[in-house]
Amino acid sequence: MAELEALRASLDHCVKCTICETACPVAAVTPLFPGPKYAGPQAERFRVAGEVSVDRSVDYCSGCGICSQVCPQGVKVAELNAQARRALKARDGVPLRDRLITRPTWLGRAGTPVAPLANWTLRSRPLRILAQRLLGVHRDAPAPRFAGRRFSTWFWKRRRAAGQRTGRRIVYFHGCGTEYYEPWEGERVVAVLEHNGFEVVVPKQGCCGLPLQSSGLFEDARRAVRRLARALEPELSDAQTVIVGNASSCTLMLKREAREILSLEDDPVLRRVAARTYDICELLLELHQRGELRTDFRPLPERVAYHAPCQQQGHWIGKPALALLALIPQLEVCELTARCCGIAGTYGLKAEKYEIAMAVGRDLFAQAGASGAGAVACDSETCRWQITHGSGLPAAHPIDYLYRAYGLGGG
Amino acid sequence: MRRRRYDVVVIGAGTAGLVAATRLAQAGAGVCVVARGFGSTHLAAGTIDVLGYAPERVERPLDGLSRLIAAQPEHPYSRIGSGAVSAALEWFATTVASGVLPGYTYVGGIERNLLLPTALGVLKPSALVPASFAAGDAHALRRVAVAGITALRDFHAGLCAENLRAAGLDAHPVTLALELDRADTGTLGLARRLDDAQWRAGFCARLAPLVGGFDQVGLPAILGLREPHAVWRDCEQRLGCAVFEIPALPPSVPGMRLFELLAGALRAAGGTVAIGAGVVGHRRDGGRAGGRVLSVQADTAGSPTSYEADAFVLASGGVHSGAIALDSHWQAHELVLGLPLAGLPGPGEPRFAPGYFDEQPFARVGVAVDERLRALGASNVVVAGASLPGAVPWREGSGEGIALASGYHAAAVLAAELGAGVAA
Repeated sequence: MAELEALRASLDHCVKCTICETACPVAAVTPLFPGPKYAGPQAERFRVAGEVSVDRSVDYCSGCGICSQVCPQGVKVAELNAQARRALKARDGVPLRDRLITRPTWLGRAGTPVAPLANWTLRSRPLRILAQRLLGVHRDAPAPRFAGRRFSTWFWKRRRAAGQRTGRRIVYFHGCGTEYYEPWEGERVVAVLEHNGFEVVVPKQGCCGLPLQSSGLFEDARRAVRRLARALEPELSDAQTVIVGNASSCTLMLKREAREILSLEDDPVLRRVAARTYDICELLLELHQRGELRTDFRPLPERVAYHAPCQQQGHWIGKPALALLALIPQLEVCELTARCCGIAGTYGLKAEKYEIAMAVGRDLFAQAGASGAGAVACDSETCRWQITHGSGLPAAHPIDYLYRAYGLGGG
Repeated sequence: MRRRRYDVVVIGAGTAGLVAATRLAQAGAGVCVVARGFGSTHLAAGTIDVLGYAPERVERPLDGLSRLIAAQPEHPYSRIGSGAVSAALEWFATTVASGVLPGYTYVGGIERNLLLPTALGVLKPSALVPASFAAGDAHALRRVAVAGITALRDFHAGLCAENLRAAGLDAHPVTLALELDRADTGTLGLARRLDDAQWRAGFCARLAPLVGGFDQVGLPAILGLREPHAVWRDCEQRLGCAVFEIPALPPSVPGMRLFELLAGALRAAGGTVAIGAGVVGHRRDGGRAGGRVLSVQADTAGSPTSYEADAFVLASGGVHSGAIALDSHWQAHELVLGLPLAGLPGPGEPRFAPGYFDEQPFARVGVAVDERLRALGASNVVVAGASLPGAVPWREGSGEGIALASGYHAAAVLAAELGAGVAA
């Protein structure tokens, strides 16, 4: 596999400087994960072709990707770990749990029509205890709440009622979190984009495959991301149109992770999609710097704490949400500097990892609590659920603040 | 193409880059730091060594600087000037004192070098050091215990103490056996444990009987990351004597604190940072020589982002960080912006010196600059830190001093040009 070779080649750039160790949120709280340098470039040298990891510790890597971000030598630490995890799972088998919780589309389709029942089930103590015993999903892990409606249904109903809008076309990749759990986030993204003169296009789309990938189910993940790329790509026929998403982990999957970790670098469709995919805050800041973002913001006299999730940081674009939130009059923004909430997608749901995830997030929860903010803004949905679970504070995507400041909520 | 626009883009997130960015942001410029990863801070000792050797050991850095500036007009300090070095140190100490680590300060100054033990027990001259290092100054050491920890295999108290004794100090090794949940640990793991008050109390209770009767106790630099000042003071109180930190192998705990302090200062000044975004290309007007850099292309997910700016600070480091490379034909290249280099051996001169401690002919290589640190190959690029030519930092004991002072000075040069007055 050529791509694995490319990843492996990067480990020769490792000079053992230990910078990755200083930034790893997991190794900081548990001895079960010995750290990215040890589990990554060092252990990789022992994983000769076709053989699995010499120990199981790499399974405790949460895949947050901070090690690769901070490495000054360009070593693909997290990506190597993901490959090693897959090899481990291929040998030892993937638990049923990991096959279930990594399929947000199945879960969403099953749960949406019976949302009240599904939500009751997810919050029933006895059933959660049972689920932990039978499946290994931790009973206290933050469970999302099915909205009982789908974002795409709202969008198409509205489209039929209001007719086709005009303006500069933009393709919206909403992801599963928006589709099944937080459709209002998508409604707000659409409103903010339309307020700025865009015609929003929403092709029929599924999961990006990231949860499958992070549990080592690479073949299924490849199928999912290829299908998604092929659903989005036909909309890119003219040179200007871009894809925008509000789930920073799913957009990162499209932009880079699928190509690097799943060895899909040669897929021309995915490559085209990757080059034209934007995180919503990345796009809006670019528009603002070009003088193309409307700034008719009403004051929001409140205080919000902002957390940039690891997968957002993996875009390597800094924290554009901060620059956008700073445009809103009277909004007091407090940047949280603790690195990680711990959840890492589905990592913190797993019974054997829940305590680790909560320990990782402890600093962030404490900072959020001490900030005096009434809410947390954060770009990734699973991180928001974890932050609310750990800190008790409500959490929303930064786009919510722009939406309200534009006065689009009607209030 | 993804696009960003700032007044100034700083390339590199080491001390030089973060200082330059902070100063520019304080002057009102819109600043973004782009960096492939973290920089020198996490690996260096965390002290600001201005000038330790020239070539004899320097007692008074200010005097040493005057002599160096007179003798080596190509040295970075000659271009910066000792006035700017003093100002940079003063600014740094003030910035740290009101920074994100409560109570944590740097002490010393440019008047006199402190002589601090290294992990090998060598006395190293430093101008400005964390307060938790200061009690290790050899000028004031009396009966001193060097404390090691069995699980920390990167620090050998016996070796350190033996060398200190050879230097005439009354030093004695003590070793604390700790049961940890791992067979070995690093300074980072111990620093995190010492952040925990309960663990710290247990640690000090075990160490106290070993260091009774000593005037000072030297520990590897592990005294906390979150509230290092409180950790250090608490240890002194519990051990009943002066405690000082000794820099150990990377990752550097005091270096991580330094990064947090500088990153916090930049944040407070309104600057932004994009870590991971290494520069992979650039656009310029004019020919290869001269002209202006219009934009740099940074490696971002999906496709590169073009960062446009009026000016750029190149603080990408030198050979050690991979920003300058020597090819197999003995040709040196600046890889970030393709700028011309200085400090190279001349035609026909040797390319290599056989002695281990000889000065290598390429040791002083760096980006060619004018007297105001402006790159000769691009009129809107100023250069700071280890990218500068003319110094041999490891031999001079000058690396962090050059980084701090050149970052500070580069910002002043640019701020004046951009029309913003640098805030006092």
